[in-house]
Amino acid sequence: MVHIRRLQEEGADIIHVIGEIDASSSIELDLTIAKSVGEGHRKILIDCHALEYISSAGLGVFMSYIDEFKEKKIQMVLFGMQERVANTFSILGLADLLNIRQTKGEAKQLADELSV
Amino acid sequence: MSYQFNTGCSLHNLKGIRDFVRKALDQEGINEITTGEIVLALDEMCSNLMIHAHHCNPDDSLGIRITRGDRQHIIFEIIDKGNVFDINQFQTPDLDNLIHQKRKGGLGIRLVKSIMDEVEYLNRDGSTVCRLTKKV
Repeated sequence: MVHIRRLQEEGADIIHVIGEIDASSSIELDLTIAKSVGEGHRKILIDCHALEYISSAGLGVFMSYIDEFKEKKIQMVLFGMQERVANTFSILGLADLLNIRQTKGEAKQLADELSV
Repeated sequence: MSYQFNTGCSLHNLKGIRDFVRKALDQEGINEITTGEIVLALDEMCSNLMIHAHHCNPDDSLGIRITRGDRQHIIFEIIDKGNVFDINQFQTPDLDNLIHQKRKGGLGIRLVKSIMDEVEYLNRDGSTVCRLTKKV
């Protein structure tokens, strides 16, 4: 079960993911990111502090946007990941393919730098 | 040591499966990171089975049995009566291909093969058994 909240802050769309993302709930993450893109946001920050668990269904959502975001010059940065969640990204080698930072400040800074 | 759990093939039951596996491994004194990886592998296997062999029919059921092979190995069996969904028949997909094809699936097989030491299939009493072995 996952709860997703959005908040706009200093030109970035911040998506808070709370709970667990598996094959039954990954669609909610997908729809939220698609909505953010549809609204024209160019800096999307994913707050993972309260993300307790993610399976390949959730990882696949992030991965499926990599090419589209490159084409549209949209910057997505994930931040605040707990160790066990970060480990799942590492097992697949996704930690190198996605932008991941520890804090919201670092995530904002990276999104700003990449937007220049 | 032996733990058994039965559930319907609805994706909404994945959380119950994760909780069951986590609790069993906690009782066996397995560390948190290894437990997290095993929970993930079982989630991936069960969701694949629910989707591809049972079309998420909640009236179909699957069972999970956890036993200790020896001090260093834990054996996980997923037992059902659906068609075999043998992940050994699928090549581990290349990450670049998955990205360019914008595929949201395919990562689960990579995860299971990375985490588990052995994945094998057998028949027992008319049921299909997927047996995963993990060295701990």
